[in-house]
Order: sequence, then structure tokens, then C-alpha cells
Amino acid sequence: MDSNRRKFLKIAGLTAIAGVAAPSAFNSLLRGEAVASTGHGESAAPAVAGKQYGLVIDSKKFLADPSLAERCVSACHSIHNVPDFGNKKDEIKWIWVEKYANCFPEHSHLKRNEALEQTPFITMCNHCAKPPCVRACPTQATFKNKDGIVMMDYHRCIGCRFCMAACPYGARSFNWRDPRGKDEMGKPFIKRFNRDYPTRTRGVVEKCTFCNERVLRGLPPACVEASAGAMIFGDLNNPSDPINEVLKGNFTIQRKPNLGTSPSLFYII
Amino acid sequence: MLEKGLSGSSLYKGWMAFLLLLIGVGVLSYSQQYQYGLGYTGMSRDVSWGLYISQFTFLVGVAAGGLMLVLPYYIHNYKAFSRITILGEFMAIGAVAMCLMFIMADLGQPLRALNVMLHPTPNSMLFYDMIVLNGYLFLNILCGWVVLHSHYKGVKYPKWIKPFIYLSIPWAISIHTVTAFLYCGLPGRHYWLTAILAPRFLASAFSAGPALLMIIAMILKRTTKFDIGREAQDKLVTIIGYAAILNFFFVGCELFVAYYSNLPGHMHTIDYLFFGLEHDGHMYNNLVPFMRFSMAAGLISIPLLFVSRAKKCDGMLVLACALLFISLWIDKGLGLVLGGFVPNPLEYITEYYPSAGEVAITVGVWAAGFFIMSLLYKIAITVTLEHEA
Repeated sequence: MDSNRRKFLKIAGLTAIAGVAAPSAFNSLLRGEAVASTGHGESAAPAVAGKQYGLVIDSKKFLADPSLAERCVSACHSIHNVPDFGNKKDEIKWIWVEKYANCFPEHSHLKRNEALEQTPFITMCNHCAKPPCVRACPTQATFKNKDGIVMMDYHRCIGCRFCMAACPYGARSFNWRDPRGKDEMGKPFIKRFNRDYPTRTRGVVEKCTFCNERVLRGLPPACVEASAGAMIFGDLNNPSDPINEVLKGNFTIQRKPNLGTSPSLFYII
Repeated sequence: MLEKGLSGSSLYKGWMAFLLLLIGVGVLSYSQQYQYGLGYTGMSRDVSWGLYISQFTFLVGVAAGGLMLVLPYYIHNYKAFSRITILGEFMAIGAVAMCLMFIMADLGQPLRALNVMLHPTPNSMLFYDMIVLNGYLFLNILCGWVVLHSHYKGVKYPKWIKPFIYLSIPWAISIHTVTAFLYCGLPGRHYWLTAILAPRFLASAFSAGPALLMIIAMILKRTTKFDIGREAQDKLVTIIGYAAILNFFFVGCELFVAYYSNLPGHMHTIDYLFFGLEHDGHMYNNLVPFMRFSMAAGLISIPLLFVSRAKKCDGMLVLACALLFISLWIDKGLGLVLGGFVPNPLEYITEYYPSAGEVAITVGVWAAGFFIMSLLYKIAITVTLEHEA
């Protein structure tokens, strides 16, 4: 008798749980599908409240002025104390110049036009709306800021380099050795030391932070400032921000949009 | 009971001294790496994980392989495994200890390792890996020690240990599943982005782990009076053989999907591993001889295993197990991790060559793991033989 009652209660309880849980599980599945059907990261600006800073890079202007890209790179690297070890193995870079084929490996062209071949493409962290690096980091040393910037906490990073494996854009660098040190000739790896910005320590990962220290003071990122209008910085989530007009008025592409990372960098081709 | 590990034959002492020497060289090399930074190794911006993480990945499998002995004995009450089960548990302890050492060796800021616990991050697979690895280490120390100690006292193991033993079985699967999830959840790495990675990891684990155990058992048979018995040996061959067949079936599935779909991203790494990749007029193929040997050795080892059983030839059995173990070590301990970084996200190719110091640290960690295992085995075997005498 008793055991029968217990059995009945058990079954009744399980049925009730299933009845409540199944529709909501089903609903969430449907929701998942709805998100997927909006396509391959087309929604650059994510459905989160708050800002999402982004960048439009006008490749035509970089083609017109071939030295412009390098000026943008050195503007960034000099103020951020990015070391130069003089070899590829230890290399640290926040922003750099790529060929079209390497910047957009999934875009194939049977005969690439001359202009595209010669255009220097600026690349850096994409400050993804859904960053895989942030998902992978075991200590939240890399995290998504309220303004959409993917930030680094150099004091928390344990140097596991999971974020480097996770980043589909190769945007992250590791301090394989002491960046504050000197080479055999006694030359420091940081050529010109900027006292206004911290250096890093060995054993941590670093990358572009969209000049968060400048953005907080209302200044554009250093590369944007050096680009003489070839790069436009702004809040993708703010409809009145001029960057959205630029996006509407031009044909732009993102890097690896099919990975669902929703990158915040847009290239005018 | 511990004191049984401190005395022994000159062979035992010599072996332990040899391991200590290797550990010493490893420690010295590590102190250099600690001073200089991880640039001491051959890793680079493009290949940001090297020997340490690949050894870690492989050894998680060896640890999980212990399951194949615990499960038949405790769940199916398969008596023939009574002597070998403890060897499986102690092998798992040694292997997990190596895993943890390899992770520590790979950290850029090892002193901050506890940040993983101070700032728990449930969306990171590494967080779960930390939990399951330490949990598995704890479970194996607990179960192995309690069961052996009861044996030492001449009584049956206490009932309260049973739930822990049962728990250790799904736990063994979890450690390798989570380790596979470290890789297969990353959107930009085609070689790793495959749902079959975790099953493949498990299949290779269930053959590599018991294969190592078989080699150890055969060495013990020759050097001590400890014999796991013909029945256990034969059953182990079945386990190793079928798991190996499953592993190569999964590898075949990978090859089919990559080459039949003809998707460049899926083919690149496999091309690189087995044929070499050309880029800007330069051929990159430093892993090709290893991977080809791995494939050949693995495929030869399977029939060899079963023939050795039919002919009751221990020499051939050890050869088959050694070939299989090396094959799986190359596949997972070299190819999987290193290959995943080629080509890099911008389709450049950087090849990785470990530095001498890095190899010394790696050998040192392996030696430390074998030191732990040898010590535990010495205790287990002495207790078992004394009990029987």
C-alpha cells in the first residue's frame, strides 16, 4: 500500500516536472533557431544593452596612401609600449598590416584585381560581440567591457594561452620573454618608453584594447587619429553615431563572419 | 604501508635513481624556463601550445584508461582483474600527476594558477578541467589506497568506498571528454572543431592506457613474482584491441569527412600532417614522418595483438602494445595539438620545433610520473605478494 502510494507520488511528481519543463525547453530551442536564422553574424551590433564600439576601415584610402597603414601601426605600438624583439617567434603586435588573401582567407577570387592585391589591410582585435576568447578564459582576465571593448587584465592573466587558441583572427600575442628587457646588444625591446602607459610582464597575453584609456577621455583610438579619416570609430549600438551612416552608405565586409563571433571591424572594399 | 616503497632490490633502486636523475635535469631546466619565460621553449605566436599541452592531452587519456580495468572488476565482478585493477588505479594517479605538472609547466604565470579557483569561470572549459582532473586524482588516491590497505590488513575493503569507486567510472569519462571540449569548442580551428573528438579521445585512451599497463605488467612478470594471470592478460588484449579498432575507425571518419566534403579548412591540417603543406614555395612537413609512422604502427599493432594472444607469445604482445602506445602518443601527443595550429588563422604556416630545455622538462615530468607510479606499484606488489605468501 505504502509503496504503491510512493510510486504514484513519484510518477505524478515527475510528470508535473516534465510538463512544466518540456514546453520551456522547447521554447528555448525555438529561440535558438530564430537567432541562427538571422544568419552569419550579420547582426554586427549585438542584442545587448549598452555600447558596442566598432571600426570602419576604408581600404580605398589605404591604397591611395601606401604609407598610411604603417603610420597607424606605429602610432599604436609606440604609445602602448609594444616591444619589438626582432624575431617572429617572440613577436608581439596589437595592430598590423596584412594582404587581402590573409586578412580574408575565406574570400576567394579566381583573378584578384590588382588594386585589391596592393591594398594594405589593417588588422587588429575585432572586439567581437560574441568573443570566443572571453568564453575560453578561465579567470576572466579577458572580458567584455560595458562599452563592448574586449579588455585584458594583465594582473589576473595566468598565461594559459587558451584565448590565443580560441581567437579566430590571430589577434593575440603572448609575452614569451620579459618585454622590459634588453637584447644582447643592450638595446631595450621597447624602443621609446611611454610613461603614460603601463608595460606588461612576461607570461601574460596582450592585444589591442581599442585604446580604452583614450576612449574613456573622449579621444579616438590612436590608430584612428593617425589614419586621417581612413578609419571611422564609433558606437555601433547608437543609431545617431555617424559610424552607422558610414555603414549604411558603403559596402563593407567583416572577417570570418560565418564563425558567429560578430566582429566589430568593417572593411570598405 | 608506505615503507614498502623505500626498500627493494638493486634493480628497483637503480631504476628509481635513474628517474630521479631525469627529474633533476627537468627541474634544472624548469628553473631556467622560470627565469627566462616561456620563450625558453619552441612555442611561438602561431603555435602557442607545444609539447607540454600535447603531453597533458595524451596523459589525460592514459589516466582515463584505468577505467577499463576498474569497470569490469567492480561493476561486472570480473574476478580475473582482481590483481590488475590496483595497477590501473595507480597508473591513473601517476598520469594525472603528470597532467597537472604539464599544465603548471605551461603557464606563463604559474604563481597565479589559483586564479582559476579564485575567479571561477563556468563558461571556460579549463575551469571544468581543473575540477575533473583534481577530482579524479583524489578519487584514485582514495580508492586505490583504501582497497590496498584493506588488502594489507587481510580484510575486504569497507563498504563506504564503493560509492567512490562507482563515481570514479563516469569521472574517468568526464576527464577526457572535458579535455576534448577544450579543443573542439573553438570556432576558428578546423582540425579540432569536430564532434567526434571526445569519442576519439576516449577510444584512444581506452587502448593507450591499458596498453601501457600491459607493458608494465609484462615487465613485472619478468622482474618480480607478480603475475596478473593468463585470463586477465587475454581479456586485456580484447579491450586494447577493440578500443584501438574503434580509434582507427574514428580517424577514418575524420578522413572521410575532410576529403569527401572537399572543404579546404578541413583538409589543410590533415594534408599538413600526412603529406605536408606548401606555402609561398616552401614545403612544411616536419610532422609527416611521425604521423605516417603512427598510422602504420597503429594498424600493424592490432593484428599483432591478437596473433600474440593466439600464440601465447609475451614478447610479441609487448611489441604490439609498445607499437600501439607509440602510435597513439604520436597521434595525440604530437599531431593533434601541434597540427591544430597549422595553418594559423591568417593561413600562414609556422612550424614548431621544441627546444632542448623544453624536451628536458617534458622528460623530467614523465620521469616524475613514472617515479610516482613505480613507488605505488612497489607498495602494491609487495603487499599482494606478502599477503599470498
